[in-house]
Amino acid sequence: MSKIVTDVVCPFCGTLCDDLEVSLSDDGKEILEVYNACAIGAAKFLHAQASDRITRPRRRQEDGTWKDISYDEAVDYTAKMFAESKKPLMYGWSSTNCEAQGVGSELGEVVGAVMDNTATVCHGSTLIAVQDVGVPGCTLGEIKNRADRVVFWGCNPAHAHPRHMSRYSIFPRGFFTGKGAKSRKMVVVDPRCTDTAKTADIHLQLEQGRDYELLSAIRVAFRGEKLPDVVAGIPKEKIYEVADTLKEGRFSVIFFGMGVTHSLGKNHNIDIAIAVTRDLNDYTKAAIMPMRGHYNVTGSGQVWGWQFGFPFCVDLTRGFARYNPGETSANDLLMRDEVDSFFSLGSDPGAHFPNESVKKIANLPSVCIDPHITPTTAVCKVHVPVAFVGIEVGGCAYRMDNVPIETRKVVDPPEGMLTDEEFLKKVLDRVREIKEA
Amino acid sequence: MAEFLVKNGFVYDPVLGINGDMVDVAVRNGKMVDASDVGTNATVIDAKGMTVMAAGVDIHAHIAGPKVNVGRNFRPEDKLFNATPGKGVMRMGGGHSVPTVLRTAYTYAKMGYGFALEAAMPPLLARHTHEEMRDTPIIDEGALPVFGNNWFVLEYLKNNEIENTAAYIAWLLRMTKGFGIKNVNPGGTEAWGWGLNCETIHDVVPYFDITPAQIIKGLIEANEYLGLPHCMHMHGNSLGQPGNYGITLETLKLAEGYKPKGDFGRDQVLHNTHLQFHSYGGESYTSKGFASASKEIMNYVNSVDNITFDTGIVTLDETTTMTADGPFEHHLSHMNNLKWVNSDVELETAAGIVPFIYGKNTFIAVAQWAVGVELALMAKDPMRCFITTDAPNAGPLYRYPRVWKWLMSLKARDALLEDAKYGDKVRNACYIGELDKEISLYELAMMTRAGCAKALGLSHMFGSLKPGLEGDVVVYPYNPETADDPELIEQAFGNAHTLIKGGEQIVKDGEIVSNGNKRTFWVNCKTNENAQVQHDISEKFKKYYTVTENNYGVSAHHYTPNPYVIEVDATK
Amino acid sequence: MPEIKLNLITGRTIQQGVSMEHGKEKPAYRDACGIIEMDSEDFKKLGVWRNTNVRVTSEFGTVVVKAIEATQGPHPGLGWIPMGPWANMLVDPNTYSMGMPTFKGTPISVAGAKEGEQVLGSIELIESECLGGEE
Repeated sequence: MSKIVTDVVCPFCGTLCDDLEVSLSDDGKEILEVYNACAIGAAKFLHAQASDRITRPRRRQEDGTWKDISYDEAVDYTAKMFAESKKPLMYGWSSTNCEAQGVGSELGEVVGAVMDNTATVCHGSTLIAVQDVGVPGCTLGEIKNRADRVVFWGCNPAHAHPRHMSRYSIFPRGFFTGKGAKSRKMVVVDPRCTDTAKTADIHLQLEQGRDYELLSAIRVAFRGEKLPDVVAGIPKEKIYEVADTLKEGRFSVIFFGMGVTHSLGKNHNIDIAIAVTRDLNDYTKAAIMPMRGHYNVTGSGQVWGWQFGFPFCVDLTRGFARYNPGETSANDLLMRDEVDSFFSLGSDPGAHFPNESVKKIANLPSVCIDPHITPTTAVCKVHVPVAFVGIEVGGCAYRMDNVPIETRKVVDPPEGMLTDEEFLKKVLDRVREIKEA
Repeated sequence: MAEFLVKNGFVYDPVLGINGDMVDVAVRNGKMVDASDVGTNATVIDAKGMTVMAAGVDIHAHIAGPKVNVGRNFRPEDKLFNATPGKGVMRMGGGHSVPTVLRTAYTYAKMGYGFALEAAMPPLLARHTHEEMRDTPIIDEGALPVFGNNWFVLEYLKNNEIENTAAYIAWLLRMTKGFGIKNVNPGGTEAWGWGLNCETIHDVVPYFDITPAQIIKGLIEANEYLGLPHCMHMHGNSLGQPGNYGITLETLKLAEGYKPKGDFGRDQVLHNTHLQFHSYGGESYTSKGFASASKEIMNYVNSVDNITFDTGIVTLDETTTMTADGPFEHHLSHMNNLKWVNSDVELETAAGIVPFIYGKNTFIAVAQWAVGVELALMAKDPMRCFITTDAPNAGPLYRYPRVWKWLMSLKARDALLEDAKYGDKVRNACYIGELDKEISLYELAMMTRAGCAKALGLSHMFGSLKPGLEGDVVVYPYNPETADDPELIEQAFGNAHTLIKGGEQIVKDGEIVSNGNKRTFWVNCKTNENAQVQHDISEKFKKYYTVTENNYGVSAHHYTPNPYVIEVDATK
Repeated sequence: MPEIKLNLITGRTIQQGVSMEHGKEKPAYRDACGIIEMDSEDFKKLGVWRNTNVRVTSEFGTVVVKAIEATQGPHPGLGWIPMGPWANMLVDPNTYSMGMPTFKGTPISVAGAKEGEQVLGSIELIESECLGGEE
């Protein structure tokens, strides 16, 4: 008889599904199966069991090979690196729990670091736009229970947030949406005919990078004003149709992703998407929501918000918190050679930063905290593997709609492995010792 | 534990009837004791020429949780030119109207406060509120979950099922580790799920077919059925609308006939928060169209004994408004065209956040200021009137001492009206010009601690220096015998000389020297098994929530590492 | 050798997600992300077979990936490389002073790969690009 753990929270994407069931071996040590998860979530749980998993810190030698070191040595290396740095960059903070983020914040304050999270390459544009114009939003249950108009703009949940449509946005039967998908009109805006677009009632296949123009045209259409024949590759009739569809809904929602935040215009694209949503609230009820990527990037912004007042790009080097994306953002700092050491936790910039930034990391004293081998560990001087949050240690995470859920521990980590939080606490203690000495 | 003897100060303690007498005050083992009960090793604090009170108790402020953090994160400008580095035991801080949690704690400590109640906690997001409270050092805190638009409550009260409502409330307080019942724009926030509102207490809530009046009465009854420490905490319909005082009077009158139950010593069944926003006459915000209705409201409040209120006094600052009254914030964003955040929470509530500038040179902001001040000056019973700014809605937290200055000094009020562009028009439209009352320190102690503690059901712990209560003492560098410049009030009450909290010295010679031993207060209310409510809860989680029932409750170890649990037995 | 110009966008795919969680050092990650998806029209213009290696070059770098037919097309004129180190050899790192590199909409040219040019695994790719020792 295997043992089943229920209500397990998936530590992959911002959808933060909390209905997984995991079956364990009799002794509770091995994960056998993962139920209810998407393919990515299941892969994450099962990979934690991989036989070739690295379980001890390692340090790169002069000749490029790795040598195992103890956690104490890794703590010492990290603490000394911080103590000797004038401006360390502490990056990541998204695939970890709020407990680790909290300790990391204190550490960042003590060592005078610049702290940035994965929003800087994801929804940083959104965070800036919200500072410009605000954001009318809601929790995902409001969508499930009320929304009858659902727009996916520059996002592809069929691939990136695989259970989003079935749990929250398209298929579920909610309180006022008893017919599920039949209660809803679905619009997808994407330059590709994505698997999400293929299920939509309306697909606007706009020209890549013309989001601002199209959003602006929708605002024009709301007001019944004249449009050019074609905007962003979309005929005006289609634009009027979509505008009317949204206005006529009882509850409209726009989900948006990297298609908008990564394309030129960036935060301005989001500004106007939010303006569209504000407009809609004069006719009906409407909300807009970023499809946050990492399962707890949202939490990172929350923790820094209450500790420092800013959701990303937090510069603590002067002893108080400053914020100026473009200046205090990870990629700008790296590319301008403004930081003298690099620390990564809960992210993989080696894989997801432009190569020009990754090259800079490779030339810095650096530590990477990550359960996996990644392109980041490949360019760092010390790699510290840790327990998987949400699998081997619990802790708080914030869903894309800011709902905090406590992730669960399902199995023990391999013997002797530390968690993010434990490792950071040791580093903090060691830094304080060094500073006092 | 440490012992303290505070000597030679002018002591104000309305509970003990001490009105400025020079009395020695002592703390031992974390509690107040008789001055003769401390040993010779006690740390002696010489309060000569200073004012001594029990630590302050804040009954209503927005200081921790999701909407507060929205305010921080979406207003980088709120941190401009006011960031402070860490120093000694203090960490770095920042923020003017929505300070970081660290600065919130230091601000309270410097104003001599020991307890604060976070005024609105969305149940589904309770973990967030608790994480922020946990990271706010020094002060004890509790948080009120919001109930007035909760689908369970609407469905039970539609059928007048008080017992089921009460059982559900007790369950939710346990799940969220909440302190009591908050009721914000009853029905209106649910209507806002469709972009609508309930503007009077008789507007029917769409689909749910219940009126705000039914919700208000039902929540009072459920509160007293359970006998909770605090009463139903009310933010009524049509906040901020000219002419809303009639709706407010109707709301207050719903409490008639109800008496407090339970063992916590409070006298009220309804606390109307930020009453200022609910006391407007007239029909517009213009100097010709607006009128204060503070007198009409206070005539009623003074005539009954089962209602308390806090003021929500406007401080004439740039600030950040935030409330679970979603439709109001939408309305506000259309008035000032500044950025607007809305955040609806499934099955439960909503929130809106909009920056706001109360300009001293506008008529309406100064008129709002006047209305709030009038309420406090007209209150016959200072044990039922509490001074707040509904922080940060009417003004930032750190402005409390400025508000006290206005209440304690006619000269300060006259100076403000003199200086304001439309001061004369405000005198015409409001009652402020007729009021020459100045609040005494004895009354101030009631309005900022003794009365608040009693209304919260915490008079056995806070609000007085009586032996046996918590060892929470503040010394303000204010000499009531010599001070004549009202500016001294603002200076002194924002810069406590000494704060002892739970028997530990937090502020010493005006400097913060300890992060104390912060506790999270919540109410564990036991009720009889209720199969119906348990069934309804399971059904709602299966069908309508987006988290599972098992992932809803706030666990103790991480979110409330240092709890103070108030046990209530409602099984009989 | 013929060459075509495309507009590059990147992003997630489910295969990228699954293979990433199984280990970025594994061949499956390379197979999922070391690719470029193009329309059949563009294949014709380029004159290469499907599932052969191509060299993709932008102002910011160059990388060898396998060309496959668009799975979520048609999208004529657009090249799609899933997010990952291969795409990031090419994308425009400029943030225009707001923090976010310009990950989408990078002009690229695509040409058939030379004899023997292989798609590197993620670790090899990063090590060869970043740890060359030349700096």
